[in-house]
Amino acid sequence: MIEARGLARTFRSRGRSVEAVRGVDLDVHAGELVGFLGPNGAGKTTTLRMLTTLLRPTAGTATVGGADLLADPVGVRKKIGYVAQGGGTAPECRVIEEIEIQGRFYGLSKADAVRRGAELSEQLDIAGLEQRLVRTLSGGQKRRLDIALGLIHSPGLVFLDEPTTGLDPQSRANLWEHIRSLRAEHGVTVFLTTHYLEEADSLCDRILVIDNGEIVAEGTPDDLKAQVSGDGITVDVPAESVGDAAEVAARLPGATDVTTVENTVRFRVPRGDTALPELLRALDGKGIPLTSLQVQRPSLDDVFLSMTGRTLRDAETPGEGSDVA
Amino acid sequence: MLRDTWLVFRRHMAISLRNPAWVLIGIMQPLLYLLLFGPLMEKIVSSTPGFPPGDSWQILAPALLVQLGLFGSMFAGFALLGDLRNGVVERLRVTPVSRLALLLGRVLHDTVQLLVQALLLLLVAYLVFGMRAPVAGVLLCLIMVMLLAVTLSSASYAMALLVRSEEAFPALLTTISVPLLLLTGILIPITTDLAPRWLYVLSRINPFAHVMDAERASFRGDFSVDGLLTGSVVLLVITVLAVWWGARTFQKENA
Repeated sequence: MIEARGLARTFRSRGRSVEAVRGVDLDVHAGELVGFLGPNGAGKTTTLRMLTTLLRPTAGTATVGGADLLADPVGVRKKIGYVAQGGGTAPECRVIEEIEIQGRFYGLSKADAVRRGAELSEQLDIAGLEQRLVRTLSGGQKRRLDIALGLIHSPGLVFLDEPTTGLDPQSRANLWEHIRSLRAEHGVTVFLTTHYLEEADSLCDRILVIDNGEIVAEGTPDDLKAQVSGDGITVDVPAESVGDAAEVAARLPGATDVTTVENTVRFRVPRGDTALPELLRALDGKGIPLTSLQVQRPSLDDVFLSMTGRTLRDAETPGEGSDVA
Repeated sequence: MLRDTWLVFRRHMAISLRNPAWVLIGIMQPLLYLLLFGPLMEKIVSSTPGFPPGDSWQILAPALLVQLGLFGSMFAGFALLGDLRNGVVERLRVTPVSRLALLLGRVLHDTVQLLVQALLLLLVAYLVFGMRAPVAGVLLCLIMVMLLAVTLSSASYAMALLVRSEEAFPALLTTISVPLLLLTGILIPITTDLAPRWLYVLSRINPFAHVMDAERASFRGDFSVDGLLTGSVVLLVITVLAVWWGARTFQKENA
């Protein structure tokens, strides 16, 4: 569905050139739900704007929806749906007007656009709002209207830029459901950007991590977590046994980062589920009693930290710049 | 392309028709000139040598039409900046819609809007102030007004896309349109008899001054080559240039 090689974009402003995206390779297959994760300013939106024909790459090639991005942008436009970060509806228009014009720009007849709009409104829970002015919709309704507009021509590939930014937790969970069902019921390929770890984690089959304009990691959420940092294990033992327990832990295959604090031992292993029985046996063999035991699956934040040396939240501190629009 | 242009045109007409007040607000300024300045001009025109032929209303009414354009159509780009901020422009640009249609649909809307305003203004001048002018002249003048709308709104969109700031844009427009308007001789025609030499020369550099002359000529029924040719040619040239400029700016990525 998407095949990009060496996609790059350099912006020039006031004599300085800024490499917003430096040579991104990416492949998205039909039916996948792929997340593009990275802090603000990492190059997510710039990459997306290139893939959706809004911005011409300064280098690289790509095929999107079967059409060549550079040679046939109109072909790409016909195949894809795009929902921008801030949406794209005019407050002074009626909902039905937006639906109709969007459909007709994709070549649908008026009747088809209206019928398809009604279908989508039903699916996205915005039915009955047709005559309302866009400015009177709630944030969640507006977001779902944006998505309906992006799907009006039943594209096989949809780009969602930060789809849940600015939504309350309930609307966010609701939108996640809609995105999942897009794929499940209609086989739509979804490529979304997000800077929410939990969003990428719960929604995506596969995640691409981008930082400073380059893809720094790629894989399923579980792969990424396993590959990068392993699971964290926290063992509480009586204070006098902490040293022994730490020794036991250090001898486990693949154990790293063993630390002790008072009566707690923390360490990492590639896979917590297989390491646990061994740990229990070894502690038992030494006669060390256990007061508590916890396994933490690593979060994507750990992944990001180990890839870039920064947490995703650090990376967002001002001064890093906002997304290059 | 034509279908897309029509769709864009209809979209903006629907928005305007929902808020017809804006059309009226747009003609408030020229109406006030008509009401509060027009009567003053009657005596001055008849007693001061150097005015072009025609009575005061025939001099003022076409001028107010030009003003309507310079302060109405010229600000069309403002709506585009709003659409840019709301992401509407970007959303539509990801669809296969023709870029040129996105411009022409808007320009067509602005032209119709200016035409309606011009008609309203002339109606008031006719009914309330007893302005009289040959029908053919008025029609020709309205055609020129429409071309003026095409020119000014195309240029306005091009400038809006280059400036891209809702704060800077109105300041820029005022900076441009006030001198342009004054140099057309809107209130007192800039003729060789009335104006100092330098001011006259300056006004001749202003394309809108030639358009103004042609509008005034047609308004008083002077269809001579002398009265119309320069203004018409200048108008056609600036129309083509402005549409070309607007189209090129709209075609460009990131617009």
